Amino acid sequence: MPKIIKGNAIIDNDWQFVARDSDLPESGNLLVHFSQWLNAPSADGRALAPWIDSEDEFEAQAERLIKAPLIAVHFPTFMDGRGFSTARLLRERYGFTGELRAIGYVIQDQLFFLKRCGFDAYDLREGTDLENALRSLNDFTLTYQGATDSALPLFRQRG
Amino acid sequence: MYQYDHHDHRIVQERVSQFRDQTRRYLDGDITEQEFLPLRLQNGLYIQRLAPMLRIAVPYGMLSSRQLRKLAHIARTYDKGYAHFTTRQNIQFNWPNLEEVPDILAELAEVEMHAIQTSGNCIRNVTSDQFAGIAPDEIEDPRPWCEIIRQWSTFHPEFAYLPRKFKIAVSGSEQDRAAIQVHDIGLQLVRSDKGETGFKVLVGGGLGRTPVVGSVIREFLPWPHLLTYLEAILRVYNRYGRRDNKYKARIKILVKAWTPEVFAQKVEEEWQHHRDNPATLTTEEVTRTKRFFTEPAYRDISDTEAQQALSGQAEAELAFSKWLQRNVMPHRVPGYAAVTLSLKPTGVAPGDVTDKQLEAIAELADRYSFSEIRATHSQNLVLADVEKGQLYSLWREAKALGFATPNIGTLTDLICCPGGDFCSLANAKSIPIAEAIQRRFDDMDYLYDLGDLTLNISGCMNACGHHHVGNIGILGVDKKGEEFYQIQLGGSSDRDTALGTVLGPSFYQNEVPDVIEKIIDVYVQNRHDGEAFNDTFSRVGVDPFKERVYAKNH
Repeated sequence: MPKIIKGNAIIDNDWQFVARDSDLPESGNLLVHFSQWLNAPSADGRALAPWIDSEDEFEAQAERLIKAPLIAVHFPTFMDGRGFSTARLLRERYGFTGELRAIGYVIQDQLFFLKRCGFDAYDLREGTDLENALRSLNDFTLTYQGATDSALPLFRQRG
Repeated sequence: MYQYDHHDHRIVQERVSQFRDQTRRYLDGDITEQEFLPLRLQNGLYIQRLAPMLRIAVPYGMLSSRQLRKLAHIARTYDKGYAHFTTRQNIQFNWPNLEEVPDILAELAEVEMHAIQTSGNCIRNVTSDQFAGIAPDEIEDPRPWCEIIRQWSTFHPEFAYLPRKFKIAVSGSEQDRAAIQVHDIGLQLVRSDKGETGFKVLVGGGLGRTPVVGSVIREFLPWPHLLTYLEAILRVYNRYGRRDNKYKARIKILVKAWTPEVFAQKVEEEWQHHRDNPATLTTEEVTRTKRFFTEPAYRDISDTEAQQALSGQAEAELAFSKWLQRNVMPHRVPGYAAVTLSLKPTGVAPGDVTDKQLEAIAELADRYSFSEIRATHSQNLVLADVEKGQLYSLWREAKALGFATPNIGTLTDLICCPGGDFCSLANAKSIPIAEAIQRRFDDMDYLYDLGDLTLNISGCMNACGHHHVGNIGILGVDKKGEEFYQIQLGGSSDRDTALGTVLGPSFYQNEVPDVIEKIIDVYVQNRHDGEAFNDTFSRVGVDPFKERVYAKNH
């Protein structure tokens, strides 16, 4: 089974990504586009969770979305940074407390920033040495500005 | 100037380790070429036509003599013995080896320097006025605010993968020497009726392919809200800026598409959600930061006496008086002056300095200006706090070293990007054009008669040489593999920012000096007493210039 990073550990990826507007597989834990999930948040014999694409406007449905146990944010390419804002909004504005997973094309060197924006699970691009990647979660031990992980900027902590 | 504490040191050192690891993984093949690209760019590293180019941040242009000596050492050890000052107050090395870049960054960290976010689609080095803190027309010193923005934007986790690069400039003076109207965000320090400090906020200015003058989206932003408001602007841009076409990805395109009013409204809405969060600035933090930008130990000097002595020296030596006139600027403290060291002698690429020259400048700074140096966006250096009584001996030394070309603000003090000789983006060379123009206008008396006149050259439409805002702008274009030059007239980057008007069809390289000479002739023949180039241009229009330049030879 493919692996992901969750928290600080490497675990099996037991969620399967389902592209937009495609038929649901018969069984399993399935990530479906949030528009689909809002219409049908459950399906027989399958567990469903929503994913949000980088260009999606999701705020109007945020109150319902945050009831999901897991929300995945899809990065079409690692250069598309919209998912960082999506994550912060879900966590900070809408108070989502479940698993927030970065999926799509995400790379090791983004882990620290992803973590700071509220992600806690990372499905890194294929071929990544996950053992090695874990280190990048802690590329820095100190930050200037507040974010989801810690709201206090350094200037409120300087002694 | 700002000094690192153990926090700042730790962050920069962790960056060096991170980049060392990234470079190793790239060389091992664990990071693809495509993935390494933004990682190295956010460390200022380009892969250029001939070799990598490393751009080092000089936050808002401030340098110490110790840092200059380190840069000299790097130029000598890792490069071919020279460095280049850019049009954004930064410094570039043109020949480092990729494998050695982590070592260079480690050396820089020793002197509180780095290359963080000097390129890439992120918030870039914040720029300001080279006369910050000393200008007589200053409302408030912009540097503490620049430093606060620098820290906030450094490794901002949400804004490291923006649609495109993002540049912020801050001006503290009436006269805008930071070109805030052509930045993604321009901040003008202002005082309210009650004497409270705040910012006028402009967005969506920029040069490049689609030059635009920024729009004011907030007349007065009280200072505590600076960072939360910036965060709102950046979030709106990050989410809604175009990502489908890199030429339409700058914030100016979004602001234009939505209109500034709608953009402002979006920002306000976003801001209301988080405006009083802990990023709200505190008096303690502002006071702490301002402590780094206090006055140096100025002596009590009688300005009248100092001025009298200077007048005597100027009368006795014409060359000195010319230098005083062009290269020495007023200072708000009696008995002091700011001196611009020209990096534009004819025959040297504008902004280029050798390792020995860097060391010589460090020496001058130590002896004449409290060990500080400032880089200017017109690619010169400034010694900001020189006693008037020492100007003469400084001039003698600077002259012997080649930094006293008395051409500041004149036609030959031109701004020029590295162009096709170095840059892989360029369509055409720019350095030889600069040199040809400098050679053509080598008569100093004539230059003085022309007075303040800006000439800016870019080797391509990315506009690193700011050609749109030169009184005379020259743009290198490529036509079927051949290099041509388009001329624009009437641009300006000061308080009345204006974008130049294209004169007409472009020219061959060897025609450019003649064309510039004809343009200058038309100006001289049409100007009223003491009228500046742009004033004549707006009065008579582009036609007389066109007629002369494109006239058939008889």
